[in-house]
Amino acid sequence: MSELCIVATGPLSTVQDLGRHGLAEIGVGASGAADQGSFRLANRLLGNPESAAAIEVTLGGLVVRAPCPLTIAITGAPCPIMVGNRSEALNTVLRLPAEVPLRLGQPDHGLRSYLGVRGGIDLPPVLGSRSTDLLAGIGPAALRAGDTVPVGPAPSRFPVLDTAPVDGPAAGDRTLRVRLGPRHDWFTEEAINCLLTARYEATSESNRVGMRLAGPPLHRAEPAELPSEGAVTGALQVPPAGLPTLFLADHPITGGYPVIAVVRAADLDAAAQIRPGTGLRFRLDTIH
Amino acid sequence: MRLLRCADSGLLVELADIDAVLALYDALVAATDRPEWIVDLVPAARTLLVVLDPTRADFTELERLLRNTRPTRRQPSDVGTLRIPVRYDGADLSSVAELTGLTTAEIVTAHTGTEWTVAFGGFAPGFGYLVNGDPRLRVPRAKVPRTKVPAGSVGLAGEFSGIYPRESPGGWQLIGRTELELWRTDRQPPALLRPGVRVRFEDVG
Repeated sequence: MSELCIVATGPLSTVQDLGRHGLAEIGVGASGAADQGSFRLANRLLGNPESAAAIEVTLGGLVVRAPCPLTIAITGAPCPIMVGNRSEALNTVLRLPAEVPLRLGQPDHGLRSYLGVRGGIDLPPVLGSRSTDLLAGIGPAALRAGDTVPVGPAPSRFPVLDTAPVDGPAAGDRTLRVRLGPRHDWFTEEAINCLLTARYEATSESNRVGMRLAGPPLHRAEPAELPSEGAVTGALQVPPAGLPTLFLADHPITGGYPVIAVVRAADLDAAAQIRPGTGLRFRLDTIH
Repeated sequence: MRLLRCADSGLLVELADIDAVLALYDALVAATDRPEWIVDLVPAARTLLVVLDPTRADFTELERLLRNTRPTRRQPSDVGTLRIPVRYDGADLSSVAELTGLTTAEIVTAHTGTEWTVAFGGFAPGFGYLVNGDPRLRVPRAKVPRTKVPAGSVGLAGEFSGIYPRESPGGWQLIGRTELELWRTDRQPPALLRPGVRVRFEDVG
């Protein structure tokens, strides 16, 4: 059986797939790859089924080797890729020879890279998914140096692409499209103007659960306490101090603070690539 | 019924109370013609969040579906009744006695005396907010939350009772503890408490 030995993980490396859906009834959120587009691209390049699990690498630093040769692809945040002492390219199908280390450096911009393996990471699924949900503590633990993870049998399909031209995460400030609500009426008009005009910055207190933002606080018009309610990925929840948290893949399924606006689904992959210190702005989505 | 958009990822349905929420939730769970682009339903105290697949969801169709769905409650036989054995020796029993004016024995009688219903989850996998308890048991949360509440702890907060599925921080007033494992990912179903499940507490002290 093929396997992958984890030599180093960088700040955080987890196994992710498309996530768990339809389990809110038992208190379980979706989780899954934070940047689904990049994750899916890795599987497409490798000819894997779309649900095959990959490794989500936060800010590079992952080093792996394998006892048997593997076919791999790296997508997402553009990190330097070294196979042995050869530099390789992002978004291409690569050969990882036996016992040759693969090293992912720190990306110049963007936050999350994906290491896909032909055959997929084959840890036992928990509730139908191999994703690590860091908030709920479900799924495989975050990877640690010394771990060995099994790789599944290669699919019968062969990869049809060698390389995929894609727009990776952009450098510099990002703009995300939002729609106001569901609770924008709990905020002052100034707060809404502020959200749509001011520059916010992703803070280092950000993770797969949510991105905490620094910037001008958003003041409430409605001081009452909100009974907890369900929240979606992309929700901008505003705690009493007024600084929003943008909910990402492992967000709690309910929240007790009002959500002023929600990021459009098409911009969530870009949101997941915003690294701490990056500036961001919110623009009203014109397509309803 | 007020419908609040969550961009293209969801629709938050605001309803009068938890009974209305559960009635709509039950009806949607039972609906055989539920579109596939409804990927999840999240009931809460006064809202039901319909989580959508943004690439396929049709909001006009969803609104029509919600307005035409006749709320119905599932029968307890469909969702089950659960007996939960409790040793009533919680760390906050005396403070609950002080807050409610009841004796410890009266707290136990009140807690075991009604059939509770799981209204919704959300705090942690396997956690259920239980309603329909004895109104005399309404107490505020602990002033200082504990950093560690043991798994199986039975607590009270506001109108709710609940059981910590695993060790976690928590601010509920603890009145007892159960050995019953409420959450196990290697069991089907993994969570014993799901919206609509009826619960009877039993004193095994």
